[in-house]
Amino acid sequence: MIPSLPRPAWLRAATALYVTAFLTFLFLPLIVISVFAFNNAPYPAPPWHGFTLNWFFADSSTGRVGMFHDGELMRSIGTSCQIGLWVTLLSVLVGLSNALLIERHDFRGKQLLSIMMLVPLVIPGVILGVSILAFASRIAQFASGHLHLYLRFLRPGLTLVVLGQFSYIATIATLTLRARLSRFDRTLEDAAMNLGASRMAVFRTILLPYLRPALIGSAMISFLLSFADFNTTLMLVGGNPPLTVLMYDRMHQGATPVLNAVSVFLMAASALLALALMRRGARRGTA
Amino acid sequence: MAEPAAARARRSWRLGLLMAPALAWLGLLILLPHVELAMLSFRKQIGPREYVPSLYQYRTFFEQPEYWHTFVRTAWMSAVATFATLCLAFPIAWVIAKITRGRASAWLLLACMIPFWISETVRTLGWMILLRQSGVLPALLVDLGITSHPVELLYRDATIMVGLIYTSMLFMIVPLISSLESLDNALIEAAYDLGAGGFTVLRKIVIPHAAPGITAGCIIVFMLTLGDYITPTLLGGKDSGWFTEQIYTQFITRFNWGQGAAFGFLLLGLSTAMVVAGLKLTGQRFGDVMGRR
Repeated sequence: MIPSLPRPAWLRAATALYVTAFLTFLFLPLIVISVFAFNNAPYPAPPWHGFTLNWFFADSSTGRVGMFHDGELMRSIGTSCQIGLWVTLLSVLVGLSNALLIERHDFRGKQLLSIMMLVPLVIPGVILGVSILAFASRIAQFASGHLHLYLRFLRPGLTLVVLGQFSYIATIATLTLRARLSRFDRTLEDAAMNLGASRMAVFRTILLPYLRPALIGSAMISFLLSFADFNTTLMLVGGNPPLTVLMYDRMHQGATPVLNAVSVFLMAASALLALALMRRGARRGTA
Repeated sequence: MAEPAAARARRSWRLGLLMAPALAWLGLLILLPHVELAMLSFRKQIGPREYVPSLYQYRTFFEQPEYWHTFVRTAWMSAVATFATLCLAFPIAWVIAKITRGRASAWLLLACMIPFWISETVRTLGWMILLRQSGVLPALLVDLGITSHPVELLYRDATIMVGLIYTSMLFMIVPLISSLESLDNALIEAAYDLGAGGFTVLRKIVIPHAAPGITAGCIIVFMLTLGDYITPTLLGGKDSGWFTEQIYTQFITRFNWGQGAAFGFLLLGLSTAMVVAGLKLTGQRFGDVMGRR
């Protein structure tokens, strides 16, 4: 019940208890990961054997390999970043174009097109992955059979992973940019045009600065989603796995706490990113 | 007044330029790949590089109990997980939207979002460390004298369920909050003044008002659990019996693309049917629900 109505003491107590239990449920896995990243034992399991930074920094001289000396792991982080940057670039550009198309133009079939743009979100990621895999292989076969072209990028690998992730992340970028663009006051543009600005100048000096927060926001979301994507990636990955796929493989085999160390590293990175975003928001709020 | 021809030409040129990326994206990465998947699923191999149109792949699905059992099991467990997530998320959404104010409410929402800034792989690693036989909870149970030796808590259906609920939580909380925030407190106060109890208020006022949020949350959560891969395969082990795993096996391990494509379509069909049913049930439009996110 709401605060303006009388709430019995037992209800207040039950609410507090529930919230506490809920937050414990949410944070327990993260706390456990962090604790065992610093445990001086070869497996991430109790009991506690003392504090160590081995799982971050050990080179193989101690018989342990810390994350920064684990070549395979570092390469996979690099791969994830590379994929993430491409997906971000593509998604934001196509998202911007889509937002302008839907919010600024009228044409036949606009309704249908704007609904089609939402469809990728309701297709399971695994199916996006296999359908793109099958289609790419069909094109590759056609090219090699009829045109004697061998298109290596259409075989499982980084290009297909980028395209697979982009296929649904573009929808999210489009939604973010459309939301901001729809609140734009168009008289600003008319004023600039009346004062003699060219269309390009209006775009650069009025529209882009206005869209900046949404552009930055959608870029960050795109990168985070790409970095965390597993379902689509798994179906399209070649011999060069990004971090999520590598972690998954190692978790199947029962890995050392080096995975905990990577996880702590990722949590710290996303916390920093979140803080940076909030500070930006706060500055904007007071300005 | 008619537009000058030059201006009209410029305008349609601009329109075409903006349309090209959208059509390339939707055509080449969504539409045509699904056409290809459909063609793969509706044919049968009769010799090397020789195929005939056939319903063979779908027939296999119904004839092999292993396949359709997995399908039904995945659908059923996803439905249960969705309902459980709704029940667990509702009180929290209520606390955030109605009971706490300002800072407290913002902090609580932030606390709910933090775990979802981190990938599902990492979160699942946490659950594995907590639940496996050598893990934290089994050790705790022994220390408390509840079990005499550490029990394996992984590889059970209940474990998969916990993992699925955990992964889905935020996607339920957010739509619930937005639909509860728009509920006018005066309505609840009026009902209370007229003598309605908590349960009546919930049934007659809160749930009808929050129905769009509940539908949106349930659709998203059901879809995500149905298509999930990491949580069931890692927490459920080799015999997790999740349908996405079957698709992976057919496509990647056995290279049986026809069968995999048919499985893909069956999963897509179920997921689409649930979306459509959810929307019909509450009389909403697809664009409105998805745009809300």
